[in-house]
Amino acid sequence: MAHGPSKNFFNRWLFSTNHKDIGTLYLWFSFAMFLLGGAFAMVIRAELFQPGMQLIKPEFFNQMTTMHGLVMVFGAIMPAFVGLANWMIPMMIGAPDMALPRMNNLSFWILPFAFAILVSTLFMEGGGPNFGWTFYAPLSTTYAPDTVNYFIFGVHIMGASSIMGSINIIATVMNMRAPGMTYMKMPLFVWTWVITAFLLVAVMPVLAGAVTMMLMDINFGTSFFDAAGGGDPVLFQHVFWFFGHPEVYIIILPAFGVVSQIIPTFSRKPLFGYSSMVYATASIAFLSFIVWAHHMFTVGMPIAGELYFMYATMLIAVPTGVKVFNWVTTMYKGALTFETPMLFSIAFVILFTFGGFTGMMLSIAAADTQYHDTYFVVAHFHYVMVAGAVFSGTAAVYYWLPKWCGRMYDETMGKLQFWIAFIAFNITFMPQHFLGLAGMPRRYSDYGLQFADWNMVSSIGAFMYGGAQLLFLYNVIRTIGWGKPISDPKVWEGAEGLEWTVPTPAPFHTFSTPPVVK
Amino acid sequence: MSKRARALFLGLLSPAILSLVAGGASAEDAAWNLNMPRGVTEVSQAAYDIHMIMIWVCTVIGVLVFGFMFYIMYAHRKSRGVTAANFHENLTVEILWTIVPALILIVMAVPATTALLKVYDTENPDIDIKVTGYQWKWQYEYIGEGVKFMSELRTSQDEQYGRAPKGEHYLREVTQPLVIPANKKVRFLITGNDVIHSWWVPDFAVKRDAIPGLFTAAWAKTDQPGVYVGACTELCGKDHSRMPVVVEVKEEAEYYEWLAGKKEEAVIYQSTIGKEWTNEELMAKGEAVYAVSCAGCHQSAGEGIAGVFPALVGSSIVTGPVEGHIGILINGVAGSAMQSFADQLSEVDIAAVIHYKRNSWGNDMGDIVQPIDVLNYKQNQ
Ligand code: HEC
Ligand code: HEM
Ligand SMILES: [Cu+2]
Ligand SMILES: [Cu+2]
Repeated sequence: MAHGPSKNFFNRWLFSTNHKDIGTLYLWFSFAMFLLGGAFAMVIRAELFQPGMQLIKPEFFNQMTTMHGLVMVFGAIMPAFVGLANWMIPMMIGAPDMALPRMNNLSFWILPFAFAILVSTLFMEGGGPNFGWTFYAPLSTTYAPDTVNYFIFGVHIMGASSIMGSINIIATVMNMRAPGMTYMKMPLFVWTWVITAFLLVAVMPVLAGAVTMMLMDINFGTSFFDAAGGGDPVLFQHVFWFFGHPEVYIIILPAFGVVSQIIPTFSRKPLFGYSSMVYATASIAFLSFIVWAHHMFTVGMPIAGELYFMYATMLIAVPTGVKVFNWVTTMYKGALTFETPMLFSIAFVILFTFGGFTGMMLSIAAADTQYHDTYFVVAHFHYVMVAGAVFSGTAAVYYWLPKWCGRMYDETMGKLQFWIAFIAFNITFMPQHFLGLAGMPRRYSDYGLQFADWNMVSSIGAFMYGGAQLLFLYNVIRTIGWGKPISDPKVWEGAEGLEWTVPTPAPFHTFSTPPVVK
Repeated sequence: MSKRARALFLGLLSPAILSLVAGGASAEDAAWNLNMPRGVTEVSQAAYDIHMIMIWVCTVIGVLVFGFMFYIMYAHRKSRGVTAANFHENLTVEILWTIVPALILIVMAVPATTALLKVYDTENPDIDIKVTGYQWKWQYEYIGEGVKFMSELRTSQDEQYGRAPKGEHYLREVTQPLVIPANKKVRFLITGNDVIHSWWVPDFAVKRDAIPGLFTAAWAKTDQPGVYVGACTELCGKDHSRMPVVVEVKEEAEYYEWLAGKKEEAVIYQSTIGKEWTNEELMAKGEAVYAVSCAGCHQSAGEGIAGVFPALVGSSIVTGPVEGHIGILINGVAGSAMQSFADQLSEVDIAAVIHYKRNSWGNDMGDIVQPIDVLNYKQNQ
């Protein structure tokens, strides 16, 4: 009965309902977006290499920072993890495919349109969105270029895609687990994704609400965010961050899941504190709903509100700490080897924790008065998003790629990429802490001479980091095309779990008859 | 000691950077700045203290956790012939490492709360100053004194675009700084005129968003006269990085002298409105006003930016009847970046800039616009 993929290229990829093919599409799409967003970042860092305006105009600079943020968050990181979920969740829980395969196709194929619309605004009169990825009103409403309507449309489509993707994951995990695969036996990657999917379903509509209110303000004369008409610009920020803070956990929770798979494998030892990991993930997700205004410590909230949001934010450090301690203890008394996925995962733990430290500093409202909207915040969120989400995504690709395509990647090249990325990352973002503390605000197209030195260091690091990504691309293509064939279902000596029981490379259909989990 | 803290903070993760710092951080080279300034107010000192406490707490935790990790990576590697243990649960340690961090946080919440109470202590000021953010400049108004002025970037376009060498105060200099007295509690009432800006003076640890339609409050009291430079920290459009905040703290007596001078200036200015101005006078003044107040949007030769800011060369309004032109400057264009300048520029400035535009870049109207025309327009409204 089992049949292979369609021989016709268009039939196979355009109309695919196969979770592996759709996963592949998501992954390639997100990598393309990663390179595009990276190119925008290179433009930003090139302009900031020296004080003065050398390459571009200030208005274009703002479009670059905005597009960089939007493309990286919505185009690179989120679809990457949806791609991994598509590939791995059915294989991890012993399901033949996703629960809603046609919707799966739809949720992917609307994404390229969303980004085509978004990116095309760069070429329109007035330019693309220039109000930051947080698009605060009224800069994004009354004062926005006319193309903002395309931006709003694009965000709606991305939101619809995310919601469909999440519903699919929730439905799959709830209904399609193999016999004996109880919730508390699911791999942690599956757990973190289910929780993420609930976050997405909860907050994407809030984002849609925010952009819809913008649309009304711009085109239909309402005044949700316009003080002159009785509205409130601060309302926008509350709505945005009610989406935005959970969003940062949407980005990081699947990354937690990935490293929770990889560290045990290369420690040859089961994950320490499985159930506490699950509870910690759930409590982080819960807390993420009640801390949003820590992004708004300078809007002049009443002190009671400020104190509440400060205390609540500090609390997040507790479950986050539990996760870090569990990872470290998993490694303790293991038999460690340091293949590329493990290197990226260890770097993840160290650098993410560092980002957590600066997060704790930011949560102290009185000190945040100084940090807020400076490069210190930029450094913070790149430690958690790049060294966090992107490193773990890279680790995941190296970890599962041999399973996907039955060929081994080049370990030396992988390690080389890791060390370049690790060093370049720190050269890029460590100095941004100092820039922020010394007083350089973020989203600045030009700066005073006192910031020149660290900016130059940061730019050099950024170019190196960009180069490392090309090496990654090359390594992946080389593996798929010419890598050393392997056939061991386990691939890695210490790997555990259902996905490692199917043949290598993973056939087009897996678990057509469900396995029995003891 | 704090120097060691920085070195540790840095060195935790990134030996590469550490070596750079060691090479670069010579005492006189202030540019390789690493840490938050202590500042000159009670609030900034409090922010600095809590910042250092957090750095130390994080450093200690970091050294312990990362140290343990590095030990594991050395001692428990497979290449040393170890075999993996198989334990994977221990309720006691789980409880321990939940409770201990929670306790640390509770302890840290105490200084964090006291520091925040200081930030919010805006009652009973000696002086109130209204700060208004405009696209891309600040307006300062001394409440109850009748003194009000704009503070705009003074750095030239030539310096910014590399056609002239950059001065020492590149992007940190303004036409008129805010002046406040030492040893007085000054309260800033901050608001925005168009989009949201944010008024930041690091040495005062004052950062409050300037939001249209709302007021936020902050305060400063310092005993150290001097010039303190800050910035706008909320993205507010294309020249977000070109609206610095400069505050000059003067001794009390000097401050009052300055304030009296400001008031006198306003009176003298008033008397020039009725005077008959010549073409040359108006052109010179108009060019100066245009460069500071208009060129940011409409560009230095009036060419504008397609799709965003209209060109003034050949514009039907600029080359049309004077009234229409005055009207646009006095009232602005609702719902666009073209703000009302009635509050920002004097009648003389408005007349001069209109005259200048009508007679530059190929616009050749040949007539003269007098300040009195502007005054009449205002009064007839
Ligand atoms: C913050 C940006 C900004 C600044 C500063 C600015 N303008 Fe404008 N201006 C605009 C915009 C935007 C419009 C278009 C308004 C509309 O019609 O929607 C405009 C329109 C105009 C027009 C009408 C042009 C036409 O043909 O429709 C005139 C005249 C004008 N501005 C003069 C000035 C003068 C004089 C100054 C300096 C005192 C100035 N502007 C400063 C943004 C600005
Ligand atoms: C210990 C955990 C964390 C704490 C306590 C924390 C705290 C904070 C605080 C207080 C801010 C606001 C700073 C400001 O704007 O002044 C902030 C900003 C930010 N954080 Fe975190 N954070 C944590 C983890 C994360 C994670 C896991 C991510 C994402 C993967 C993340 C992403 C961001 C982003 C993107 C911003 C900047 C948003 C913007 O203004 O554009 N943070 N964080
Ligand atoms: Cu947050
Ligand atoms: Cu600004």
